[in-house]
Amino acid sequence: MEFAELIKTPRVDGVVLRRPFLPTVEGTLCLTGHHLILSSRQDNTEELWLLHANIDAIEKRFVGSLGTIIVKCKDLRVIQLDIPGMEECLNIASSIEVLSTLDSVSLMYPLFYRPMFQVIEDGWKSFLPEDAFKDLESMTEEWRLSDVNKDYSVCSSYPPLVAVPKDVDDDTLRKAAAFRHGGRFPVLSYYHKKNGMVMMRSGQPLTGTNGRRCKEDEKLINATLRAGKRGYIIDTRTVSVAQQAKARGGGFESEANYPQWRRIHKAIERSSILQESLIKLVEACNDQSHSMDRWLSKLEASNWQTHVKEILTTACLAAQCIDREGASVLVHGTEGTDSTLQVTSLAQIILDPACRTIQGFQALVEREWLQAGHPFQQRCSQSAYSNSKPRCEAPVFLLFLDCVWQILRQFPCSFQFSQHFLVLLFEHTYASQFGTFMGNSASERSKLNLSQKTVSLWSWVNRPQEVERLSNPLYEANCLVIWPSVAPQSLLLWEGVFLRWKRSSRCLDEAYDEMVHIIQYNKELQNKVNNLRRQLAQLETEEPLLQTP
Amino acid sequence: MEHIRTPKVEQVRLLERFSNKSTSGTLHLTATHLIFVESNNAATTAAQEIWILHHHIASVEKLSLTTSGCPLVIQCRNFRVVHFVVQRERDCHDIYSSLLRLLRPVSYDELYAFSYNPKQNEQQREEGWQLIDLGAEFERMGVPCDRWQLTDVNRDYKICETYPRDLYVPITASKPIIVGSSKFRSKGRFPVLTYFYQEKKAAVCRCSQPLSGFSARCLEDESMLQAISKANHNSRFVYVMDTRPKLNAMANRAAGKGYENEDNYSNIRFQFVGIENIHVMRTSLQKLLEVVGSRFLSVNDYLLGLESCGWLRHVKAVVDAAIFLTKAVTVEGASVLVHCSDGWDRTAQVCSLGALLMDPYYRTIKGFMVLIEKDWISFGHKFADRCDQLDGDPKEVSPVFTQFLECVWQLTEQFPQAFEFSEWLLLQIHEHVHSCQYGNFLANNQRQREELQLGDRTHSLWAFLLREQQNYLNPAYCPTYADTHPVLEPSTLPCHFKFWRNMYHQFDRSMHPRQSVLKNVLTLKESNCKLEDTIKDLEARLQKHGISPPTPDPQASPRDQRILPTRPHSLILEAPLSRKEAQRQQEEEEEEVGEEVTECCSDTERTVEGSSGTERKESYSDLQGTYGAKAEPAVVSLEFGVARMTC
Repeated sequence: MEFAELIKTPRVDGVVLRRPFLPTVEGTLCLTGHHLILSSRQDNTEELWLLHANIDAIEKRFVGSLGTIIVKCKDLRVIQLDIPGMEECLNIASSIEVLSTLDSVSLMYPLFYRPMFQVIEDGWKSFLPEDAFKDLESMTEEWRLSDVNKDYSVCSSYPPLVAVPKDVDDDTLRKAAAFRHGGRFPVLSYYHKKNGMVMMRSGQPLTGTNGRRCKEDEKLINATLRAGKRGYIIDTRTVSVAQQAKARGGGFESEANYPQWRRIHKAIERSSILQESLIKLVEACNDQSHSMDRWLSKLEASNWQTHVKEILTTACLAAQCIDREGASVLVHGTEGTDSTLQVTSLAQIILDPACRTIQGFQALVEREWLQAGHPFQQRCSQSAYSNSKPRCEAPVFLLFLDCVWQILRQFPCSFQFSQHFLVLLFEHTYASQFGTFMGNSASERSKLNLSQKTVSLWSWVNRPQEVERLSNPLYEANCLVIWPSVAPQSLLLWEGVFLRWKRSSRCLDEAYDEMVHIIQYNKELQNKVNNLRRQLAQLETEEPLLQTP
Repeated sequence: MEHIRTPKVEQVRLLERFSNKSTSGTLHLTATHLIFVESNNAATTAAQEIWILHHHIASVEKLSLTTSGCPLVIQCRNFRVVHFVVQRERDCHDIYSSLLRLLRPVSYDELYAFSYNPKQNEQQREEGWQLIDLGAEFERMGVPCDRWQLTDVNRDYKICETYPRDLYVPITASKPIIVGSSKFRSKGRFPVLTYFYQEKKAAVCRCSQPLSGFSARCLEDESMLQAISKANHNSRFVYVMDTRPKLNAMANRAAGKGYENEDNYSNIRFQFVGIENIHVMRTSLQKLLEVVGSRFLSVNDYLLGLESCGWLRHVKAVVDAAIFLTKAVTVEGASVLVHCSDGWDRTAQVCSLGALLMDPYYRTIKGFMVLIEKDWISFGHKFADRCDQLDGDPKEVSPVFTQFLECVWQLTEQFPQAFEFSEWLLLQIHEHVHSCQYGNFLANNQRQREELQLGDRTHSLWAFLLREQQNYLNPAYCPTYADTHPVLEPSTLPCHFKFWRNMYHQFDRSMHPRQSVLKNVLTLKESNCKLEDTIKDLEARLQKHGISPPTPDPQASPRDQRILPTRPHSLILEAPLSRKEAQRQQEEEEEEVGEEVTECCSDTERTVEGSSGTERKESYSDLQGTYGAKAEPAVVSLEFGVARMTC
């Protein structure tokens, strides 16, 4: 199929673009295979380049022969295009509709994108499991890297290499995998250097209604316990949800078969509910009514902040078990690809200072989300505006980013990156020129050969100028565990995402620039003082005579 | 002292408000304070102390005896809530009954302001009271002028005892008109000037409701409004803003009061703006505090509570009214007369907030003090009644001024560069409105203050705040912001109004960010000034060696350019990048030089009770269940029971 077949009208003149808080632009609208472009063809004016993949929904309106298309984007922006001519407008609208909903992976933009920048370090090779394991090896000898999943046959959503207890052989892993949802047998997620405790993650055990058990699974997770120590299993579902899962072949670890483990149930919602929550939240934020009561009740009804609190609380619990109780932890929900990853990754942000650096955070996303098999393509194919019925869409990763932002707000000096980095990740999970978030698992990405055919987001992010842009000027390395407050009064609405297009951010941006300026100026002054002192010291040693009056 | 039965009780436990933690210590009761000193701490950390001024205590409650002792819950006007458990019931009862007496002073003389002595000499004290001069303030606005004059009708508080002596009226308003108008207005509060918008010669006037009933009219009052209208050539009419909901205003007619009938007054445009009365506001804040005070609060209950208490709705209503006023004056160039019932609550809120939006001067520290002095203190906002300074009618108590401070805070959140002060100033003013430590806010009006001789017997808060003003600076403040944005146009979308955690949970440290951007940047900015001095000094010394500084005064340039409204994106990065890099390399070679410098900007500890303190050296503690728990900082030294900053 050629893109040209889908584009009935590739170019329309005299189109007016309207965006909130920005001047209107009149110019020529062009449709290409992957972009909607609006250019006024004058120097110094901004051009609009919008990826079709970023378009969540469109609406058409007609007044006489003037058509209007309202474009709602996955990054939550809403723009309006006034197009003269009914036929042109209809053509453009239908082309956008088709182009923004293409299912074929082979037509996706990252496969066509050629970078305009020089790739200094290939992001596809920046965070290999082998390298991560080298760090682990330097801390402990109790773990090994297993290639039992090298052809993705044991678990289709796991990477080829996973870290498991040294004493457990691959056969045991295979048997344990058969006992876990999606073959996701317990693997190492995080090693807490301070006390040698670990966090593992998996899918739910397939106990079913008649209470199946699996000796190998028990052996596998018991191998992570020190003699006489108990561990915690954090099930991200409520007891009743976990009970119900038994009827469908799932279940949870019973006390009888796992006597060394204490099970704790939390209540993180499943993906369909989260998607609904996002839709309601965005609708509340877009409500133009000036009624305070209406805003607060809509915000409440969306339940978004409740989800944030639940996820953070569960992550704090996991972190606390490890750091305070000195116990190892196994985290799972149902599949082990959503709420499980929210908890394990946030717990690491809390516990491990390395995850709060720019590189470390990328490594965390790579390790705990991409390699761990979070189905990004399914979860992020639609955002909050889409009219079509959601299938597997859910803002699981966005919620994780929101939680990180909450912690960042509470510890504004402990993160090397600013909220810009989180917003950037949010944007790129939904629409991107980079291949990083394509596919649903390591195996899918390897089948598509993305590391050869596309550019990694990390290649772009790790260029010095981008690192500079994403840096937090207030950062001071903080080696401590950081415990966030999860009181409702401490949790805020993430304005940088949800109100981003609803107001002019100029005042806030300028204030931020001013703050950056003060910090930079301070560094410069310090350098200057150092320099002068050194100069002076040199002179005074060279010419001691001048000192005496 | 005669009210204190037990000055000291040992082994008292202080329960943390939002967790299950507790600390034990000793409770001291002095003539002015209730003091808790933590005792169990090891030598490594200094013991925690809590000082509570008796005036700050809103209520004391003795709960029923438990196995561990007798619980005593104290709620403070600065929103601190402390929960003690006293071992012996008799001790608890003694403290309880002493506090009951101490927190209800019956005469002004019992207030702390009359005994407070900050080690100042008489001259300093007097100078403190002269810092703010309202006559000069009206001059700054351009009054008196050819249309507005100072009148002496109220020199002896004869026309209106709740107004100040000096009042400004239209030149054409003769004495009979004033007297007649005052008789037609509730409490004699006739229309007077409170702010003059020089650019358009438009006036903001204030008064109380007319005694119009269902049909009464007053020719003098009508002439008065006519005079106000005539004093402004830009507009053919004057807006009359009744800040009450229409229903309330109509109900007042039955009591012989009410609102202006448009048929009787020529050239007025009448407008209701619907701010609720003091009773609604009092209940609303009470509900809010109940909601946010509950332990293990869920997000849904929190948001539903925010909605049902209506507090943010009321705050938005006040801001909306101020925006209406501002637009009428600055865009239409019309004069506006603002009133409510008595013209000392809602009227004060709307006039002062409107002036803050219109005039950048009021967004400076000094200007903000002038604004409060003018619209609140001098025009007779009943601080004594509203803040319950003496044991009075509980129905008169209302958080009207707190609400005004919150409106200002909401604006500072929307315009982070427009205000010279940070929220610390607002919190500190709020603290002292209730502390009765300074004379400024005592009593209900200027006349009473003169009778109490406050200027001779007490100290002024403004002097204290100005002395410490470096603590209240907003580091992001841009003085030239006023040139580009003389009038602020806030958004009134509900999502831009937020819960003011630092006010209502000021003392619940566990809820605050653990690191403060504000504090950090403020410290850096101070350090920048010191470094600039150091550079000057070093350059002077270098000059003695015959080396002159490179390029004309380079260290001044970034500062000057910062003042320009449109600063290049990252000026500091672009300009001297190469040289800076070079310096950095040199510095790496000589590590020890660098260390000296960092000293002067690092360990300046700044602790504001309620505002977050930075704690780096110790681990952040946590608690099962709440995670909100954060131990009190090692040193919270409170002087006079008042949030204090130590630099």
